Amino acid sequence: MFIAYGLGVFAALVGGRKSFGRWLVALGAVLGAGAGLALGATVIATGTPFALSIPELLPLGGGLALRLDALGAFFLVVIGVVAIPAALYGAGYTAAYEDGRASLPLLGAMFNLFLLTMSLVTLADNVLTFLLMWEGMSLTSYFLVITESGEERVRNAGLWYIAMTHAGLVMLLAAFLLLTGGAGSGAFADLRASAASLTHGARDAVFVLAFLGFGSKAGIVPLHVWLPRAHPAAPSHVSALMSGVMIKMGVYGLLRVALDLLGGGPAWWGGLVLGVGVVSALLGVLYALMEHDLKRLLAYHSVENIGIILIGIGAGLMFHRYGLMSLAALGFIGGLYHTLNHATFKGLLFLGAGSVLHATHTRNMEEMGGLIKRMPWTALFFLIGAAAISALPPLNGFVSEWLVFQSLLGGVSIPVPEVVVLMPVAVGLLALTSGLAAACFVKAFGITFLALPRSPEAAHAHESPFSMRFGMALLALACIALGVAPFAVVPVLGRILAGLGGLPDTRAEFTLNVSLQTPSAFGQMSPTLMALGLLLLLGLVPSVLWLLRLNRQRRLSDSWGCGRVGQTARMEYTATAFAEPLKRVFAEIYRPMKELTVDFHPGSKYFVQSIEYRSEITPWFDQALYRPFLQSATFVAQQVRRLQAGSLHLYLLYIAIVLILLLIVARWL
Amino acid sequence: MKYVLEVAQTVFALALAPLVVGFVRWLKARLQNRRGAPPWQPYFELVKLFGKEMVVSKEASWLFRCAPYIVFVSTLAVTFLVPFLFAPLPFDGVGDLLAVVYLLLLGTFFLALAGLDPGTAFGGMGSSREMTVAAIAEPTIALAIFSLALGAGSTNLGRIVTQTLGNPAAAISPGHVLAFAALFIVALAETGRLPVDNPATHLELTMIHEAMILEYSGRYLALIEWSASLKFMIFLSLLANLFVPWGVATAFTPVALAVAVIALLLKLVLLGFFIAVLETRVAKLRLFRVPELLGVSFVLALLAVTSSFLLR
Amino acid sequence: MLLSKIIRTGLVTEPLNSDSARFIEVVRGTGTEIRRHLGRALAIREVDAGSCNGCEIEISGLTGPVYDSERFGIHFVASPRHADMLLVTGPVTRNMEVPLLKTYEATPAPKLVVAVGDCAKHCGVFKGSYAVVGSVADVIPVDVFVTGCPPEPAEILQGILAAVGRLPQKQ
Repeated sequence: MFIAYGLGVFAALVGGRKSFGRWLVALGAVLGAGAGLALGATVIATGTPFALSIPELLPLGGGLALRLDALGAFFLVVIGVVAIPAALYGAGYTAAYEDGRASLPLLGAMFNLFLLTMSLVTLADNVLTFLLMWEGMSLTSYFLVITESGEERVRNAGLWYIAMTHAGLVMLLAAFLLLTGGAGSGAFADLRASAASLTHGARDAVFVLAFLGFGSKAGIVPLHVWLPRAHPAAPSHVSALMSGVMIKMGVYGLLRVALDLLGGGPAWWGGLVLGVGVVSALLGVLYALMEHDLKRLLAYHSVENIGIILIGIGAGLMFHRYGLMSLAALGFIGGLYHTLNHATFKGLLFLGAGSVLHATHTRNMEEMGGLIKRMPWTALFFLIGAAAISALPPLNGFVSEWLVFQSLLGGVSIPVPEVVVLMPVAVGLLALTSGLAAACFVKAFGITFLALPRSPEAAHAHESPFSMRFGMALLALACIALGVAPFAVVPVLGRILAGLGGLPDTRAEFTLNVSLQTPSAFGQMSPTLMALGLLLLLGLVPSVLWLLRLNRQRRLSDSWGCGRVGQTARMEYTATAFAEPLKRVFAEIYRPMKELTVDFHPGSKYFVQSIEYRSEITPWFDQALYRPFLQSATFVAQQVRRLQAGSLHLYLLYIAIVLILLLIVARWL
Repeated sequence: MKYVLEVAQTVFALALAPLVVGFVRWLKARLQNRRGAPPWQPYFELVKLFGKEMVVSKEASWLFRCAPYIVFVSTLAVTFLVPFLFAPLPFDGVGDLLAVVYLLLLGTFFLALAGLDPGTAFGGMGSSREMTVAAIAEPTIALAIFSLALGAGSTNLGRIVTQTLGNPAAAISPGHVLAFAALFIVALAETGRLPVDNPATHLELTMIHEAMILEYSGRYLALIEWSASLKFMIFLSLLANLFVPWGVATAFTPVALAVAVIALLLKLVLLGFFIAVLETRVAKLRLFRVPELLGVSFVLALLAVTSSFLLR
Repeated sequence: MLLSKIIRTGLVTEPLNSDSARFIEVVRGTGTEIRRHLGRALAIREVDAGSCNGCEIEISGLTGPVYDSERFGIHFVASPRHADMLLVTGPVTRNMEVPLLKTYEATPAPKLVVAVGDCAKHCGVFKGSYAVVGSVADVIPVDVFVTGCPPEPAEILQGILAAVGRLPQKQ
């Protein structure tokens, strides 16, 4: 694996701008991801962890220790599943950068390094390795985000990203410091053993810090503000990787710390995760609805889906506390399944958005339209992704949402009534986000691909090159496969969870159903049979109609527009208009700014010359939370600046004062 | 053998659906003091539509032509899962109540896309409104499912029916009644009846469901109209058989099945009568009042869940 | 209270008599195929090609309780794609000529056209005006003319039924 990625880096640096350089980069990434995928799969299949340690490499902190157990293997598989199509896609996509807009060698090198460090995060077995690889992952992705650094928006996004990811790192450092305080070394095995001896306060502090740190990487509300800036700014295959896989590393970290190292905790941990998950899901989808920038819409949807994953995990943590182990396993399985699903369909959607961007050179949905005729394959793959993310049967989103729903329905078994009463609220809000997500993707697919083109670029769009289409096709097939064959996935997930934090080995039977035997909520469903049934009926109905000789001819004509003469793109619905009823319904949350200017004819106030309408929605986190924080930080920084007067004598005086103070303090102690 | 009966039940439901819609229309006519078309009028309309030519817009794509089939097939698939006549169904393990909801959402999703496809403003408006109503109705449905599942210990439809049959007192518990009320309001919203959407309106600005299908003609329109009436019947049957399941056959004897058919027809007549009277009495709500109505149904469903949990 | 009023009023639909020869002119006879297709369930799209709305008021009475067109299986639709018959009123003004053609084109076959009112037949009082194009028959093929200014709802209904060949026989 190392060799493959190293090859990719080397090839990038050498190959540079030539086209075979791009293919070598992709080859390196594909081989590396494939190796990781194979490794993860073997670990999951055989159940024996893979370990490798090089203590001499970094003697401080125990050196480089790698160990792949089932949980890490799962996330490694997730990385592989998305990285291979993304790399193939990138080979074609980065051709656009050959004109020098961005540095291809840097892009290729950072791409492979990014994949390498991310894979090593899942393999890390002590604190030093983990944090080192985490930081490496963040840095390489920063360089990837600012690939197109010519634009100010991109640089701004990079700044937000690096700031927030480092803030998260600080919290992770604090959490791990607290955790290692009790143990002797930083090795995860030692941490696991000594976690029981930590005080409750320390465990709670570790959990909260880890949650905040990993959560900021995952994109929980309100620490998500970098997501809608950074993901659209990055090149599309990088966005697919970041959104599909990197934010899952936050989930991995949370699971590792909360479940594995700390071994579960009081119920409010699960409740916190669940609550934050619900809020993230709802706010993510609400802001996604109002976006007309295709990639920002997808980025907000990542926030929403992380929320859904956290709902599953939070429910699992809560059940774990109350000893309802099979329900806990169900919650975790739902969360993990959704992780895999989200990686596939979000990756697919970002690759599709990248194709659209590649063809039309705009991300604004209001300028697209009619692309289904000019880019039929991209449209088909995007449709599969959109249907999957809206949880429509028989695709994969439906299975994982069903699992999360069932785990929440099982919440009535919890012995504490106050907690149980909150479960229906969570169920209702989850259903609301699911409905809103469907509405959002009708808008996203409909406005982008259907009807007439709204701009000349859209009218002249071309289909993506083969490599890009191939990447998308792989992910689309994965979506369909994961949706139709959950009976293969759920037992695997059950095996992964076995042993973590004391969860039993819940192997679901290898049947065509996804059936759950839980004390209070027992549901059965078979997406496989559903898919078969739908296909059968879909073939049956036209055949019956044909047999009954009900064949009538079809005639092409204009769209019915109440008899007006022509039809232009200005007569279609716009993305803003589509989302407007929902904007009005949720106006209290959005607080949109509306500005209407009407210009009258100078001669008479009954003739209107022009009307301008502006409506803007700024997420109120920016204003309520971040702006005051940034303002105060700038203020403090400006005050501190006074200390730097520029005079050498003043600095020498500072040094002298501090030295004397230190000596006094050391003497005292 | 059971599978043959299941298929027969589906064919029965498919055949009965237009009659239910026609019956409600006939009742409304009588309540308007006019003679009205006979209740079997929708059958004539379907036959006529299948015989007409299909006019398709130049700007529409393959999605426009495929959507009616997808809508029809997804609604038809739901009929395999709903206990119209007997429970538990042989296909009970294929899908539960959540699967039913999402299959119906599949149909709505593609219909909304098909509304956007020809590029007309009416279609876009219909899609936008339909998705808004569908999204806001989702929480209520989920909570109603929750309260039913609490009582029955499962989300599978067959089990819900058999549990309620075995425990008659549960049928009049406050949780059940509240859930019925909530689900009734949602049924009105999802099937496009007053006060959410007037199925007989000609004013495009007041349409929700109709606006999406303005471009369809011929066979496509027939399939969509049939799916709409099938969806109406599914919702009414769910309301009838999940909450008042007496009459549903649990054994596969001819007597039980005959009783089941009569019981279903009786329940549909009652519900249809109630809906017809309601539609005559009530005026259509402004679109932006509909979320308030659905909010009321959400609160009812929440109360249903809490009460059925607390009174277990 | 509303329900008691409904019950007290009872059915008010008047039976349709048919002495129609005076005001119905069947231009093109309908074949048995059309009668088989459209006889029992007819969807009508009403097109106002520039009329004074007098005919429209009479047409709007058709769906009321007294004339009740629905009992014959007739219902009005919003989109010509859903329609089988176009009910056209008014002298065809210059602005409405193209929309009328487009409406006809948007209607799927088999289709019928019934022109209502004197204006639709021969421009009525607007004959010779600079703003009208001519009779409806000059723009689209018409099957039945119902003359009158305006014709009564019963007459319009008989015209529609004559177009599908379902006119009740003379008493």
